[in-house]
Amino acid sequence: MSKLYSVSALFKTPDEIMKAAAKVADAGYEKYDVNTPYPVHGMDGAMQLKSSKMGYYTIAIGLTFMSLMLYFMYWIYNVDYPQIIGGKPQFPLPALVPIMFEITILTGAVLTVAIMIIFYFKFPNNSHPLHDSSYMKAVSSDKFGLVIEAVDSKFDLESVKSFLSSIGAYKIDEIYFDEEEVNNKNRILEPKFVVGMFLIAGFTSMSVYLHMNKALYLPPFDWMLVQHKVTAQDHSDFFKNGISSREPVKGTVAQGFMPYLYSEDPDGASQNLVNPYPADEENITLGKRKYLTYCSPCHGDLAKGDSRLRGQFPNGPTLHSDKIKSWTDGRIYHVISEGQNVMPGYKKTVTKKERWAIVNYVRTLQRALDAKEEDMQ
Amino acid sequence: MSNHDTQINYVRKDLPKGFLYYGLPLLVIGLVAAFIAYDVDPIRASFNNLISLLLIISVGLGAIFLVALEHIVGAVWSVPFRRIAEHQGYIFLVTPLLALPVLFHMHDMYHWTHAEAVLNDPILYQKAPYLNESFFFARSIGIFVIMSIFLFMFARNSRKQDETKNQKLSKFNAVLSAPFMIIFAISITMIAIDYAMSLEPHWFSTIFGVYYFAGTFATAMAILTLITLKLKSNGNLLEEINSNHYYSMGGLMFAFTAFWMYMAFSQYMLIWYANIPEETFWFLPRMENGWEYLSIGLVFIKFIIPFGLLLNRSSKLNPSRLKLAAFWIIGAHIYDMYWLVMPTYNHVSDTHGPVFGWIELGFVALSAGIILTVYYLAANKKNHIPIGDPKLKRALDFHI
Repeated sequence: MSKLYSVSALFKTPDEIMKAAAKVADAGYEKYDVNTPYPVHGMDGAMQLKSSKMGYYTIAIGLTFMSLMLYFMYWIYNVDYPQIIGGKPQFPLPALVPIMFEITILTGAVLTVAIMIIFYFKFPNNSHPLHDSSYMKAVSSDKFGLVIEAVDSKFDLESVKSFLSSIGAYKIDEIYFDEEEVNNKNRILEPKFVVGMFLIAGFTSMSVYLHMNKALYLPPFDWMLVQHKVTAQDHSDFFKNGISSREPVKGTVAQGFMPYLYSEDPDGASQNLVNPYPADEENITLGKRKYLTYCSPCHGDLAKGDSRLRGQFPNGPTLHSDKIKSWTDGRIYHVISEGQNVMPGYKKTVTKKERWAIVNYVRTLQRALDAKEEDMQ
Repeated sequence: MSNHDTQINYVRKDLPKGFLYYGLPLLVIGLVAAFIAYDVDPIRASFNNLISLLLIISVGLGAIFLVALEHIVGAVWSVPFRRIAEHQGYIFLVTPLLALPVLFHMHDMYHWTHAEAVLNDPILYQKAPYLNESFFFARSIGIFVIMSIFLFMFARNSRKQDETKNQKLSKFNAVLSAPFMIIFAISITMIAIDYAMSLEPHWFSTIFGVYYFAGTFATAMAILTLITLKLKSNGNLLEEINSNHYYSMGGLMFAFTAFWMYMAFSQYMLIWYANIPEETFWFLPRMENGWEYLSIGLVFIKFIIPFGLLLNRSSKLNPSRLKLAAFWIIGAHIYDMYWLVMPTYNHVSDTHGPVFGWIELGFVALSAGIILTVYYLAANKKNHIPIGDPKLKRALDFHI
């Protein structure tokens, strides 16, 4: 004789099941459940269910993983690979908020469902006494069912049966456990299952490791991955310093590139360099565009030294001082190329022609703010 | 289901006296404060007037939107409150009175109204085809007229249905609300851009209209909730209305609290991340001179606290907790409008940091007085329930 799981009762209409559930709840049964083919409004009230505490668990899980994620990102940004990206602070919190939000939702939802499957459905077990019963077939098509479990403290087979028939059930059955379900425990902690899981995890990681690190490099699968040539920034046993790349011969010049000869010699630049480009409209327009891009943040749109950096960086000086007016074009070109004090050199970002164009534009600005009498005519 | 012949037995029509006992004194105090404020400090007064205007538009226009929303989606649970939303929509009709003083002081508030400044400013010059005074007035008047016509048509059909029980009127309102939705979306974006965003005409944020709409929806819903709870306790509504109906109101307030945060954060994060001066300069004044505390406070007041107040299921079922949340959301909307508008006042009047005093309180009192008084005038001695609506019986049986 197998073990009794519950007594089931079938009803024909939603109204009947609502009244029956209310009566079962009033009679003081606690371990009972209702199965209907579709959600019936008001059933939680009729069954006198308390509101579920599941939401609290979900938010606790979500917030836990959110904190872990926050710590993980902190570790990435500040400990493992500290690097400034895009001028952002070392710990760019606003950029991390979307990730934290999504981790909260994802872990909260997925883990709640997973934990419920483990605890209530007793995963990896996949059977339940109600499965494959005529009761389940009826309630999953068009009938409304109610079961009172044998573990209920008030359970007594005969009295439950007579009680169910008194509240209008048209079919009453006893439901027994299957043989293997009698001693059904949470098998997730069984050694066999745990070891199996570990074996699967170990096999998966090992095969991925072998595939990515060994198999790919075996002929004929290497697909020309391994070649007998020296690649850039590779180690070399041939050269003494151990670096595969060779440095170019001293004095090498790239094609189309003219080295700047006065790097350490501002006076030489001042005396020897002459502006090769005329101050015509094309050059001044180009100079204006480049000036507004590279120079104006510190020196101001009109070169008056009115920085728009709001004090976050030292203000650039005005370019209308007598000192700078008295400089030759070559000297201004030198400062643009090499920088001066906190100003960096711009020869890597601004081409030679553009630098001369900026010189022309600065001259134009100086003339514009200090116009002479003949300019007015 | 033909429920349209269900008779509504008893509806008490006179509103609770509290509307007038609180509304009239608040209105008088607010008006006196406003007149004195315009005499003492016209610029500050007009900025506060703008806050009141944005709040009243939220309450009134938001209510019209709620009516149209119910029609277009065929919502059932909200049918008993639709008449309250219609009456609340009449509050929109006083917006011209609030807008006029703002428009008289436009030159002190809106930089783009200065023609000579626009000529010398390439950005404003490019924006001039949209941001010019005549088109501004045309937009404002157009929005007001079109929205008022929609309000009158919704309300008239609904009132007519009380007597004739004609089901076709419901269908007609549903058809009417489809074009309304499109025009409303354009209108509220224009209101947000014209009145709030163009205070800093060089700044632009494409999400700004949605930002204002999120606050609008939550505020209109909060006012509707408060009026419903008051009328229910006074016996103006039917016995059948209970927590099942309140639950959805709380749910919508909760949803749009979260939606507001989504919009506000999207706007902030994109601008923070791109970090280009054309956009960040709008946030910079809100991060110095004491505004930084208000900016952080906005996150708590407008999002975290109401989110916590409404997160729990029981808080949406319990009228007294719902009332607290609704009051909080309205206060948070005023706070939000203050945060949007007042940094420009600093800029215009050469002051530093947030200002708060009797002028601000006076205009809040004025807004509250307008809401209570206009609602009383619109709704007293009228039916508070659309008794002719075919969905009413189903709505009363509604269960979450």
